[in-house]
Amino acid sequence: MIPLQPPRRLVDVQIDGETVRVPEGSTILDACQAAGKDVPTLCYGDTLTPKNACRVCVVEVEGSRTLAPACSRKVEAGMTVGTDTERARHSRKVVLELLGSSVDLSTTPRAAGWIEEYGAEPGRFGDDAATVEQPAKVDNELYVRDYSKCIMCYKCVDACGDQWQNSFAIAVAGRGFDSHISTEFDAPLTDSACVYCGNCVEVCPTGALSFKSEFDMRAAGTWDESRQTQTTTICSYCGVGCNLTLHVQDNKIVKVSSPHDNPVTKGNLCVKGRFGYGYV
Amino acid sequence: MDLRFRDAQPSAEERAAVDALLGPPATGWEGGARTEAELRYAARPEPARDLLLPALHAVNDRVGWISEGALDYICRRLTVPPAEAYGVASFYSLLSLKPRPARVLHLCTDLACQARGAEDVRKRVEARLGPAGSSWQPSPCLGLCERAPAALAIEAGETPSTQVYGPVQGDEVTVPHGSNGHGPAGWEPPAEAAVPQAGRDGLVLLKRIGVVDPAGLDAYRATGGYAALRRAFQLGPAGVIREVLESGLVGRGGAAFPTGRKWDATARQPDHPHYLVCNADESEPGTFKDRVIMEGDPYALVEAMTIAAYATGCAKGYLYVRGEYPRAVRRLEHAMATARSRGLLGADILGQGFSFDIELRRGAGAYICGEETAIFNSIEGFRGEPRSKPPFPVEKGLFGKPTVVNNVETLVNVLPILEHGAQAYAAVGTEGSTGTKLFCVSGSVDRPGIYELPFGATLRELLDLARPAGTLKAVLLGGAAGAFVTDLDVPLTFEGTRAAGATLGSGVVLVLDDTVDLKHILLRIAEFFRDESCGQCVPCRVGTVRQEEALHRLSERVDESDLLLLREVGRTMRDASICGLGQTAWNAVESAIDRLGVYK
Repeated sequence: MIPLQPPRRLVDVQIDGETVRVPEGSTILDACQAAGKDVPTLCYGDTLTPKNACRVCVVEVEGSRTLAPACSRKVEAGMTVGTDTERARHSRKVVLELLGSSVDLSTTPRAAGWIEEYGAEPGRFGDDAATVEQPAKVDNELYVRDYSKCIMCYKCVDACGDQWQNSFAIAVAGRGFDSHISTEFDAPLTDSACVYCGNCVEVCPTGALSFKSEFDMRAAGTWDESRQTQTTTICSYCGVGCNLTLHVQDNKIVKVSSPHDNPVTKGNLCVKGRFGYGYV
Repeated sequence: MDLRFRDAQPSAEERAAVDALLGPPATGWEGGARTEAELRYAARPEPARDLLLPALHAVNDRVGWISEGALDYICRRLTVPPAEAYGVASFYSLLSLKPRPARVLHLCTDLACQARGAEDVRKRVEARLGPAGSSWQPSPCLGLCERAPAALAIEAGETPSTQVYGPVQGDEVTVPHGSNGHGPAGWEPPAEAAVPQAGRDGLVLLKRIGVVDPAGLDAYRATGGYAALRRAFQLGPAGVIREVLESGLVGRGGAAFPTGRKWDATARQPDHPHYLVCNADESEPGTFKDRVIMEGDPYALVEAMTIAAYATGCAKGYLYVRGEYPRAVRRLEHAMATARSRGLLGADILGQGFSFDIELRRGAGAYICGEETAIFNSIEGFRGEPRSKPPFPVEKGLFGKPTVVNNVETLVNVLPILEHGAQAYAAVGTEGSTGTKLFCVSGSVDRPGIYELPFGATLRELLDLARPAGTLKAVLLGGAAGAFVTDLDVPLTFEGTRAAGATLGSGVVLVLDDTVDLKHILLRIAEFFRDESCGQCVPCRVGTVRQEEALHRLSERVDESDLLLLREVGRTMRDASICGLGQTAWNAVESAIDRLGVYK
């Protein structure tokens, strides 16, 4: 059951010259979606508070000195927004170049398409450009942390922390280019507060966090999403009734996700629902 | 909060350091010894996340570094997740999570010191103490630019001590504490040594520096101290705000926002409590004006904060002083304690029924914490990452409450406004920039230091006082986030520098003569921003790295494609970064390329 919201005033905003009417309190991204504009996003999560860290969704707001992140900036009546101006496109292009040159985006959905669309050339910084390349951390049987693919979107930290799981096993440590996701003193997950709910994997936008099953299959070259089916069912463990989406390849469950629009769990599961399918 | 700890044990010394700050643990549930009885009930300590940084300081001050056991104990005492506390501790450059000697030398390698031979000192120190990272480390600007090249030794212990070296040669730094030939332990020149104009007539903000004992409340009151606060009580809060509005005072931290409007907006907020934050995290390379005020006239800041709190309805103020300013911290603590004991701070100030107190917080080595919202996160015990605006601090600031945040110099300007009235104040300076301004002159000049001049004086007039040595090549206005200028007739006002494509910023005037290698200075600026970026947003986190890489390539071989790359990355940092750090990280480099033709 979805609780009814109190009625909200509607405001008119101009998106690329087109008037769009959205409820007060909506973000520019909401308005763009209502207007059918495709604004790229990476750190935005539909179940999380926008962190606006990646800056790939920046748009030009008339009267604003700098570009505004569409994912978090709230609309105001009469706002004039340009989503595809030269200035916005330029920043998106360079942001994609900066990310593409420092992070492995090979498993980031849509990244390759955006790099092409915006004419980004991640290779222009040369072969000596600093990267976050490092070996993947495999310290448990359930999921793998490959931080060479991490764009520091903060979503895993938010999902692990006070926005969903309240386990606080991981946080951002270090500063600047050296900042990274870490447990205390970089301890292995098995010594940390991790409860293996996998909700961080659910929100990871780049594949830096992946299920061990997927990681192993990708390494073996057998991961093939075109041969997978997705079946949404209900978890059989307890009475909460979380939705599970079973990803099946060759008649075997290869990973479990959960629909983000589920009103009870919003895509979150516990260790049993997420990983306890060995009995099937 | 159900937290999992790894049960690393603190040493007795670490435990004592934390307990000295927080008091002994009330129960076994918050880090004390567990008793049989306690296992029969669960107790939860009040979360006190905002004491995280002070607790980390306590251990770092006592032992020199923070071990797993110490971090675990702090987390139990404050109910903070260990992973988050680790993230906070690893954010600050003065804190160490690895064992290191008790005494660590922080050697300034920043702009003003670079212009005065810091590179040679660095080599000598390296030869004596070995590679950086253990007993010494290179440091961003220490705010000792008038004594460049400078160094600061911090020694952990039961009574932690500090020692300032300036100018440092490089050979004296290994001499054990207390017998360094500079005088007794901890001796350093008085604050007025940084003020060539000290004692002259006509000074407004610097009038007491070198004239009045900074420790004496009576001396302060005898020279007009606390007259402004009495006047404020006569005017009432709305009257004070009206005076500040009419005076035309704008913020001196760099952004030049009208102070009266900020106060007015905060005072009007229906949400309570309101907080006052004094931003004394002065870290812009080449800036040391706030240090001189805090060391030389600490009561002025205490009085000014009291007035600001009265006007905006704050019962509590935080004074966030950068960690590299030990003497300023000592003097302010003394001034606050004396004022408190004399009824000038605390409950019922001057019998007027107004209560206000100040809590001093020390930074721990992070330039970004001088950003007006990062400072809130730092005080609250989170990583000092800027928040995205809106909402602005006047609406949701410290602890999510309406907050007025002002720089030290801005606040002390309120005293002359109230003493002499807004009109008298606004009569000095220009229409767009009223009053006087402190300028931090350093680099290749014979008389470096803080100068106070009315707005409207030209750069040439300022340099006539400071006497450039050698042949002048360029002046960096506004610090690392500022711009190079060569026109000495630029008027030193907010509007004048803006028209010249520069900025007053925090008042930095770094003079470079023709012996200074500009490419080296630009590399240092790029390195500074790369080091000090918080890492939150992509344009700044990766852009500052790419900028430094390109400048390294350019200093060897000029290539048009690298210049284009710098421009594109720079434009993106300016357009798409979250905060002012990333937005200004390319200013100085751009102006050096365009105006000085560095890579021609």
